[in-house]
Amino acid sequence: MPQRTIAVGSSVGLHARPASLLVAAAGKAVSGGSAASVTIASGGGEPADARSILSVIALGAGHGDEVTLTAEGDQADAVLDELAAIVASEED
Amino acid sequence: MAASTSSRRATGADAASSASSAAPAAAAGAGASGAAGTSAGAGASPGVGTTTGADTTGVAATAGPSGTAPDAVAHADAAMRGVGVCAGVAVGPVARLGLPAAVPADLPAPDDVTAEATRVREALSAAGDALDARAAAAREHGRDEAAQILDAQAMMARDFVLADRAAALVTEGNAGVHAVSTALAGFRAQLEAAGGYLAERAADLDGVRDRVVSTLLGVPLPGLPDPGHPYVLVAEDLTPADTATLDTGAVLGIVTAAGGATSHTAIIAKSLGIPAIVGCRASESLTDGTAVLVDGADGTLLIDPQDDVVATRREAFAARRALAAAHSGPGRTKDGHPVKLLVNLGAGEDPATAAAGDVEGVGLLRTELLYLDRATAPTFDEQTKAYREIFAAFGGRKVVVRTLDAGADKPLPFLTDPDEPNPALGVRGWRTSWRHPDLLDDQLRAIAAAVTAVEADGGAADVWVMAPMIATAGEAARFAADAKAHGLRTVGTMVEVPAAALAADALVSACDFVSIGTNDLSQYTFAADRLQSELAGLLDPWQPALLRLIQMVGAAGAAQDTPVGVCGEAAGDPLLAPVLVGLGVTSLSMASGSVADVRAALAIRTLDECRALAATALAAADAAAGRAAVAAAG
Repeated sequence: MPQRTIAVGSSVGLHARPASLLVAAAGKAVSGGSAASVTIASGGGEPADARSILSVIALGAGHGDEVTLTAEGDQADAVLDELAAIVASEED
Repeated sequence: MAASTSSRRATGADAASSASSAAPAAAAGAGASGAAGTSAGAGASPGVGTTTGADTTGVAATAGPSGTAPDAVAHADAAMRGVGVCAGVAVGPVARLGLPAAVPADLPAPDDVTAEATRVREALSAAGDALDARAAAAREHGRDEAAQILDAQAMMARDFVLADRAAALVTEGNAGVHAVSTALAGFRAQLEAAGGYLAERAADLDGVRDRVVSTLLGVPLPGLPDPGHPYVLVAEDLTPADTATLDTGAVLGIVTAAGGATSHTAIIAKSLGIPAIVGCRASESLTDGTAVLVDGADGTLLIDPQDDVVATRREAFAARRALAAAHSGPGRTKDGHPVKLLVNLGAGEDPATAAAGDVEGVGLLRTELLYLDRATAPTFDEQTKAYREIFAAFGGRKVVVRTLDAGADKPLPFLTDPDEPNPALGVRGWRTSWRHPDLLDDQLRAIAAAVTAVEADGGAADVWVMAPMIATAGEAARFAADAKAHGLRTVGTMVEVPAAALAADALVSACDFVSIGTNDLSQYTFAADRLQSELAGLLDPWQPALLRLIQMVGAAGAAQDTPVGVCGEAAGDPLLAPVLVGLGVTSLSMASGSVADVRAALAIRTLDECRALAATALAAADAAAGRAAVAAAG
């Protein structure tokens, strides 16, 4: 399965607006059929469904922490590119 | 008229508050004679609040013309009284803030788990829709920050992992209410374990839970009411979460049972310009739909007010407005003695709005907001950018920056020791720089860089810097040396610790200016916690002992030709402002909504008249008497 490991760019970490954007994009990718599933894991932890805001913020990923995105499906790479860009974005 | 209304508030508020403060003193055997008199007088006031329309008419009719203390006491049982924090008259039906529903401990297992699981999913989805609607409303009112929190809450309510967990718990035989609470508690624990910012977001989850639980139990939703018509909001107290979505079109007035002049509710009401009364204990008995009049100028609440009473109150307020409108420009007394009129501003608030007002600058720039809600301190660049924007907005008008005032009621995760037994008396304010000199150093450097940047753009910046919680002249000198080493030109200190006021001569000689923070100076002088609404009477800025400390600082400033400011809530009281000027204060910094009234109050009195009023206030036996005597003297 395609994966991307990226560092969180936002100075506030992966919650608030960056987390909302990620969850919205993951939800859209799955409901639109471009991915069958998208998960996110922090460090070596358990992967969580990237469509769940509560699961995403509960990762507690801070600025600079590495997270791993994994996607399944035909367009998994394109979906991961989009999601990785959101995670890496420095906008709060 | 304005003066007489104020005097009525004086007595009402003080009678009520001294009841609570005097009683413990008497019980402890301290100050028995003084306390006995006060508490006996106040003993009559617990009846406050359960009153009829006929009585309230009587009050307004008789108290209006004379408005002296005995008159107000005679009618103490005819209306509810609290502390008026935002002048204005509001009339409308009461709607109470919805309280979170209590989750019953024992609930039977659902008969039909499938139906119950569906009910849970529907309640979560409905909560999501309702939160979306609130977010849209917040956005419409320009409260983007609140809208973002509500967006996040809506997303949480719709979280399918949450719904699945709750549904699974229902299938195991739990009632829906318990299933939702338990599922959310799991996430909450995870956030709390993460600490810092995330732990603070745990409150967002509570908001979602309270909403879903209310829906499942079929009880009114918590939070701001939505009766479908404008209303007077009545609550025990309001939190930032409550006020974030407050619709200024729907909320005519605000009344809270708790809180004082510096509470969150008071600050929000002032910034929104909604007539408000805080610390009105009797308001607990008000029920939805009751018609009330809220007079934010004198802190009076009337039930079922008659039309003529409403008209009289409105005229009095209009007269006050007219007086305020008749004066503009720099503050001065009738005989031309200048008194700078400044506003209090938080870094993070919109400086352009504040700068657009008829004000002479910022007398207190609170920098804490740059540091709150963060896991680490803001960087030098972030700070420089924020300060630069503010300095540029005020284009050459004075801006007094208070360096980081963390600790006590404003803890910071990266700075504050959570185990301090007594944080208000601990390592807070400037003292935090003993442990973290780098933080203050960065801040001073960023302020200086912002000044340089504004000037490099061809702009002007008149930036003054002061440190909070300075106790000795030596500390003041140390801070001044630090700030000047960074190229800052005008350096001073806050006077919030009684020791600093008592050493005023030495303190002033170590500074280019001083600024008295009356809220903290009261707290430390009277050994009364600012956050305890029961102690509000002791924290009254009219307390003669507090005024005496201000007088000491004012005299030291005058002798050394050094500016003395006041930047607590006291500065925004139009009756007290002339007293402060009479005590030697040369600038007043307040909420922007108070400036016009204060300007007018100074413009109609000469400096000598201000001095006479100051002498009257200082000679008073207590705060209530001082306020009444000054009001009567005009």
